[in-house]
Amino acid sequence: MGGQTIDKICDKGFPMDTLDELKSQILGEIEHATKLAVLEDVRVSALGKQGRLTLLMKELGQKTPEMRKALGAELNALKDVITQALDQRKAQLEEEVLNARLASETLDVSLPPRVMPQGKIHPLSHALDQAIHIFGQMGFVVAEGPDIEEDFYNFTALNIPLEHPARQEQDTFYLPPSAEDRQPLVLRTHTSPVQIRTMLKQKPPLRIIAPGRTYRSDYDATHTPMFHQIEGLVVDKKTHMGHLKGCLEEFFRLFFEDPALNLRFRPGYFPFTEPSAEVDALWKNGAWLELGGCGMVHPNVLRNCDIDPDEYQGFAFGMGLERITMLKYGIEDLRLFFESDLRWLNHYGFAPESRE
Amino acid sequence: MRFTVSWLKEHLETDASLKAITDKLTSLGLVVDKIEDKAEALAAFTICEIMEANKHPSADRLQVCRVNTGSEVLQIVCGAPNARVGLKTVLAHPGDVIPSTKQVLKVGKVRDVESFGMMCSANELLLGEESDGIIEVEAEAPVGESYAKWRGLDDILIEIEVTPNRPDCLGVYGVARDLAATGLGALKPLKTHKIKGACPCPLKATIKDQACPHFMGRVIRGVKNGPSPEWLQKKLQAIGLRPISALVDITNYFTYDRARPLHVFDADKIQGNLNVRLSQAGETFQALDEKEYTLSDDMIVIADDSGVISLAGVMGGATTACDETTQNVFLEAAFFDPISIAIAGRSLGIHSDSRFRFERGVDPTSTLPGLEAATQMILDLCGGEASEVVEAGQASDFRTHIAFNPARIESLGGTTVPHERVISILEGLGFEVKGTGKHLSVLTPSWRFGMDHEADLVEEVLRVEGYDTIPAVPYAERPQQKPLGAHQRRRFEIRDLLANRGLTEVVTWSFMPQKDAEPFGGVPESLVLMNPISQDLDRMRPSILPNLLKAVLSNQNRGAESVALFEVGPQYSDPTPQGQHMMATGVRAGVFAKGGWNEKKRGMDLYDAKGDVLAVMELAGLSPQVEAKAPNWYHPGRSGTMRLGPQVLGYFGEIHPRLLKVFDLKGPVVAFEVFVDRMPLPKRKTTAKPMLTLSPFQAVDRDFAFVVGAEVPADTLMKAAKKADPTLIEDCTIFDVFALSDGQKSLGLRVRLQPKDHTLTEEKIQEISEKIIVSVTQSTGGVLRG
Repeated sequence: MGGQTIDKICDKGFPMDTLDELKSQILGEIEHATKLAVLEDVRVSALGKQGRLTLLMKELGQKTPEMRKALGAELNALKDVITQALDQRKAQLEEEVLNARLASETLDVSLPPRVMPQGKIHPLSHALDQAIHIFGQMGFVVAEGPDIEEDFYNFTALNIPLEHPARQEQDTFYLPPSAEDRQPLVLRTHTSPVQIRTMLKQKPPLRIIAPGRTYRSDYDATHTPMFHQIEGLVVDKKTHMGHLKGCLEEFFRLFFEDPALNLRFRPGYFPFTEPSAEVDALWKNGAWLELGGCGMVHPNVLRNCDIDPDEYQGFAFGMGLERITMLKYGIEDLRLFFESDLRWLNHYGFAPESRE
Repeated sequence: MRFTVSWLKEHLETDASLKAITDKLTSLGLVVDKIEDKAEALAAFTICEIMEANKHPSADRLQVCRVNTGSEVLQIVCGAPNARVGLKTVLAHPGDVIPSTKQVLKVGKVRDVESFGMMCSANELLLGEESDGIIEVEAEAPVGESYAKWRGLDDILIEIEVTPNRPDCLGVYGVARDLAATGLGALKPLKTHKIKGACPCPLKATIKDQACPHFMGRVIRGVKNGPSPEWLQKKLQAIGLRPISALVDITNYFTYDRARPLHVFDADKIQGNLNVRLSQAGETFQALDEKEYTLSDDMIVIADDSGVISLAGVMGGATTACDETTQNVFLEAAFFDPISIAIAGRSLGIHSDSRFRFERGVDPTSTLPGLEAATQMILDLCGGEASEVVEAGQASDFRTHIAFNPARIESLGGTTVPHERVISILEGLGFEVKGTGKHLSVLTPSWRFGMDHEADLVEEVLRVEGYDTIPAVPYAERPQQKPLGAHQRRRFEIRDLLANRGLTEVVTWSFMPQKDAEPFGGVPESLVLMNPISQDLDRMRPSILPNLLKAVLSNQNRGAESVALFEVGPQYSDPTPQGQHMMATGVRAGVFAKGGWNEKKRGMDLYDAKGDVLAVMELAGLSPQVEAKAPNWYHPGRSGTMRLGPQVLGYFGEIHPRLLKVFDLKGPVVAFEVFVDRMPLPKRKTTAKPMLTLSPFQAVDRDFAFVVGAEVPADTLMKAAKKADPTLIEDCTIFDVFALSDGQKSLGLRVRLQPKDHTLTEEKIQEISEKIIVSVTQSTGGVLRG
């Protein structure tokens, strides 16, 4: 590219034509630049330190004021046009580069994603969490007791004397007697001993639930030697059977997420409640399914815990956690709860911290 | 307890529908388990008579019969060997569904001879096992009538569940009484019999050892014991009892009709007189079930000169059993103590209808009426002549007076029942009510036991009224408090934490076999069950790990490449409440990955388990000390203990290779055990977190590489570095470890400096770096790698 000086341009007397020529020359170069590097070369050759336009501008200083003015304006206008054209072409080329890159960068989105190892919560823990939450809203607090119980807490204090048929029906597991008395210890057959422990420790008003492991010597399709119960106990001066019905109705309707769940209370028999009741729910298949037992705390039980039955009364209930879990989540085989089969756990388990 | 509707209606005058009756039974607490209407499936089957039976032209074993249906005569091909002229049997018509096969009967040709129906065997109608021949119906049966009706099978069977407190409802009469009290019908009075003895009772009865309170009986001479009449057999068959002989059937009848067990002895087989006494240890007894039992020293028995001839209230004896040759009988009616009966029955493992009733309580006043009524039935059905009654002891009276304020129905039961209705319900159930208003004195009936509180009477009134009449009252006051204590809540938090770290929660038995428990410390004898369900589950678990290791194996056997499991639950060191420890125990086996195309698989190692434990500790806000040792079920060089001072909070590490072999596992398997309830709770009461000051100045990371002895714990190095300037050094971590020859290793240490009040200058950084190097060198003997 030959350096055209202002003198030459002026000498020719057609400065405008010469500038036009320069303009079309540079614009042509810009237009033909197909790579960013080439475009940069064009920019340098036009507007760089030794650029064609730059050199012309440097010469302006030696001109007469009239010429400087006229020529300066022309040169500035030309610089603007070229700068704009450079920018435009640059954006265009960048866009092309990006498009070319994008076109080459596709990933197969149908491939499986990266997975974080994720464990599941056992359905029994999940259901228990729901139950505790619902009872918690009703003012119940969780109480606990040991799995290995003394006969007194598991039977005697609950008004179940030694040879009572109810005691025999429960298929109790026994552990050797402790040194002091000769009475064998038992694996608790129900969570009811927690009632006794609570009443002996705290004075009414009481509103507790006692979830936990329970044990009976029975193993078939519908029984496992270990299972879980949720016990409930309310003792104050005015709680009656209407409250018992109201409490369990609220619980089961919330737990099963069915505000119209139809419950049936019918007379039952437990040595530690009087009156006693069984609670059934009318299930989707039209059958009444037993959900648990309940009743008003037997006066003898209160008395065994140094609570005056003429002053205090209340209700107690018990339900099988496995049973209500199976009903809620449509789980059919009880035994699989305890088989630790990952296929089952992944299917019936829950994501941590999920609450319904 | 089973009975039929017609049996019930012998005691209850009612027009109520079946549904009304069964609904009321459930509402009374006599929950209906089953309603069975055999006639429904058998409705189409009628009685027919074979008029002709000719050999089939082309089949030796078949006959071509002409059969009178009552309205026409049909040709039927039959293969039954007992098909013969004059036999009345049961006919299925084309279109009927045969109960055993559920197939519809069609007109068909049997070897070219047309057959327009089928004569049925008991098996085909699901009425018995007999399938070789067709049913033989009595000669007097009316041809054309429904067979089910003739057999009495149109009677609907009801099965109810009777709770242990209601022995009175183990007899149909008691059930009728309950129903009558609701107003559903009227209870028919029982016919009373007073039989005058023709002679003194030739047998004497005495009670020794206060073995029983009341024993009665009489001899009936000249009886004829054959099959009982059809009506009695049908009654017993309908409820699933097998008719045996008239005498036995009569006693069974009273057992089910009045909840009054009785026993008949063949009087000619009794040697000498009768003694009701307690058995002697080692005495043997031949029971009716043809087994010999060895008795302990506390069972009530009826004995004669030969020894024990009946286990009182549980089962009669073989030596004095009645059979078809029996001519003279002794009929026994007594009251036995429920507890003694329960113990004897249970320890000998004998189940009988009699035991079932006596151990729950038989009405002590029913002894004589039961004896008289049964005597009358024996005289009616077997003939003979009754002696006078012999009696020892007297009827016990267990009735109690209860002071009853009917207002308790509302205050305890939550509903009101009109006063007159209360009285009529109680009287209908057999209670005697005296007094007025709030001061009633109620005497319990002789057939109800263990009733001594107002609450018992509230239940009686409410169950007759129906619990559905009690309005449900939601709780208005709800104390605002958290349902879970901090320790309890922590267990749920740990579950979530571990599941989020990729472990899946399991729930396993609290017991395990000795061979699993032993390598994990075992348990004392006091934790071995006296009556385990099997040897595989005979002792309380000293650790959850054996269960988890077995679960790993079973999952690996099913093809799981990566198994990570945990359980939050108890383990036991002794039988006291303090010996039960709440644990969070986990195992990881196999690879740490889900096996994706973009993942690198790696085996689980010690640091996965350490991470799990530390995460649990961090949840509790704890930074425990780590010690490089653990119980011997862990790999001795690859395990650790977390403790706070003397308190052990948990263990982690690789499972000992020897145990992996025992459990048949491919290694490595890493595990951890955390004593959840030993982790102290935060002392701070406030919900506010500690104040945070964010520094505006840039933090600076500096890396160092130290060569130290291979035995130097990395922790020592990090602590030494930190000590160089505890305020400026925010964090130290190891970014690289590799072994060098000559018992040395290189540890890459990264230190983060966080200035709080000015930007760090290069000189300052240099100064601290020097301090770090000095401190590390002093503490570990290490040198900065060149």
